[in-house]
Amino acid sequence: MSHGNGLAIRTRALRKTFADKVAVAGLTLQVPRGEVFGFLGPNGAGKSTSIKMLLGLVGPTSGEAEVLGEPAGHVETRRKIGFLPEHFQFYGWLTGYELLQVHGRLHGMPRSRLRDRIPVLLDLVGLSAHRDKRLRDFSKGMLQRIGLAQALLNDPELVFLDEPTSGLDPIGRRLVRDIIKAQRERGATVFLNSHLLSEVEVTCDRVAFIKRGEVLQTRLVEGSADLQTTVTMRVKKVGAEILSGLARWGTWVRLDGERLSFAVANAEVLPEVMRYLTSHGADVFEVIPQRQSLEESFLQIVGDEGEL
Amino acid sequence: MKNAWTMAELTFKEAARKRLLWMALLVGVAFLLLFGLAEHYQTFGARATPLVRRQIVGTQFLVGLYALNFLVLAMTVLTSVDTLSGEISSGTIQAIATKPIRRDQILIGKWLGFTGMLTVFLILMVGGLTVESYWITGHKAHHILRGFGLMWLESSLLLALTLLFGTIFSTLTNGIIALGLHGLAFLGGWIEQFAFFTNNERAATIGVLASIVMPSEALWRRAAFEMQSPLVGVFGFSPFATAAAPSGAMVVYAAVYAAVSLGVAVRVFSKRDL
Repeated sequence: MSHGNGLAIRTRALRKTFADKVAVAGLTLQVPRGEVFGFLGPNGAGKSTSIKMLLGLVGPTSGEAEVLGEPAGHVETRRKIGFLPEHFQFYGWLTGYELLQVHGRLHGMPRSRLRDRIPVLLDLVGLSAHRDKRLRDFSKGMLQRIGLAQALLNDPELVFLDEPTSGLDPIGRRLVRDIIKAQRERGATVFLNSHLLSEVEVTCDRVAFIKRGEVLQTRLVEGSADLQTTVTMRVKKVGAEILSGLARWGTWVRLDGERLSFAVANAEVLPEVMRYLTSHGADVFEVIPQRQSLEESFLQIVGDEGEL
Repeated sequence: MKNAWTMAELTFKEAARKRLLWMALLVGVAFLLLFGLAEHYQTFGARATPLVRRQIVGTQFLVGLYALNFLVLAMTVLTSVDTLSGEISSGTIQAIATKPIRRDQILIGKWLGFTGMLTVFLILMVGGLTVESYWITGHKAHHILRGFGLMWLESSLLLALTLLFGTIFSTLTNGIIALGLHGLAFLGGWIEQFAFFTNNERAATIGVLASIVMPSEALWRRAAFEMQSPLVGVFGFSPFATAAAPSGAMVVYAAVYAAVSLGVAVRVFSKRDL
């Protein structure tokens, strides 16, 4: 996977309007190679339209998008891309095995390679026993699984998964998590569009919060360094002077009797805060640091009004 | 081109797997059986002079081809009407259009697949009818290859148009427009025929204009004109026989019309959001 700039996806002011409706206002995004990237936002935030623009299914009104170093939609680059559309469906008259054969041929894969590769994938998604069953007899979850298999058929460098766990039971969801992990381990980039924040939290390296087709914030998920931490303390002898001194670390500070709460952008500063408090004569009895969950970040950044 | 073939193969297989082709063939066999019985009784049972009998057999052959032509046109529209609009609305096309295949290859592939299927069907049916007619009545079809070519072109034209509308409209709207246009052409053809007999130039112009808007029926009338025996031509006009045949220029126009429709379909499909 040798491409110049180390980015799998790069967009600049990508915009899409339908008649008088703005679907994506101006998406500026950078997705590093080899990462699992979560794309989060409320309904109608323009997530699916953004993915479609990156895949060349929808033409942007303005702006730029580069995928694996080529303009979005470049036909040859698609050999290195896998895509699971939301609510995957295909011709009901094909069997699971035949579906993978068709998609393999569209990828230009030789028959001999497909003969080896298809059973492996059917096994991976747990559909080996249903290889000769017609898609019209598949359950929603089985369709999603075979869709996942076709997205991985060509060992893609970049995989787009649009709500991959929709229609899946807990076992299926676990399977998706394991598959995403396996993709990261083999060095692929995964672009995950999901509204299940807990799922994103355990699978993604980095997330982008989207609203009205704009990136509000991009941040790392793993490690506390980049996530806001809320600290609650039980303290005595804390005066106004100490409180104002705390403002240099905390994004906000509040004292309610013996209960002191403040938030720091980086948990690394906590020992320094402790030294400051004790050196200024405060008594500290209890310290409870609490890393902000993705859900809290989401609500804080995107807002909770929801856009349906 | 390899990609287009994959799509063509998939389209052809779809027709076979959905039993559509087999059902159409079954209807075709029933149709040939009915035709054969009629030919048999007309040849061996009718009390008519040899000349009248020849006229009847010749007309009956054209009636058979006319009904067959209708069957092919219905099959053309019914098989292809949903292929693009349906796959776009269901999202099925997304899994295909994100593979390393160009949009024009998807559309041309589908066109090739349907054309292949319709050609096989047309060969079997026209061939079956011709052989059957010759075998039972001894009727030798005139210019059967020319007639076959024109019928094939008519089906191709309707297919190209259905694919074009499928890139823009929903399945139902597409079907209504395609069949509606053919209905318009059918009416135009009749107006032109009547105008020929009443020597009414204005009415003839209306008929020709209808054929310019949609030249499908003009191709059938040319095919009928080519295949009818001279005797039937003298007999009069009917949907099966033709007195005022569309010109060669109209045939060329229809071929260009089909090619342009397919070209526009490719262009619209390549540009549209999926």
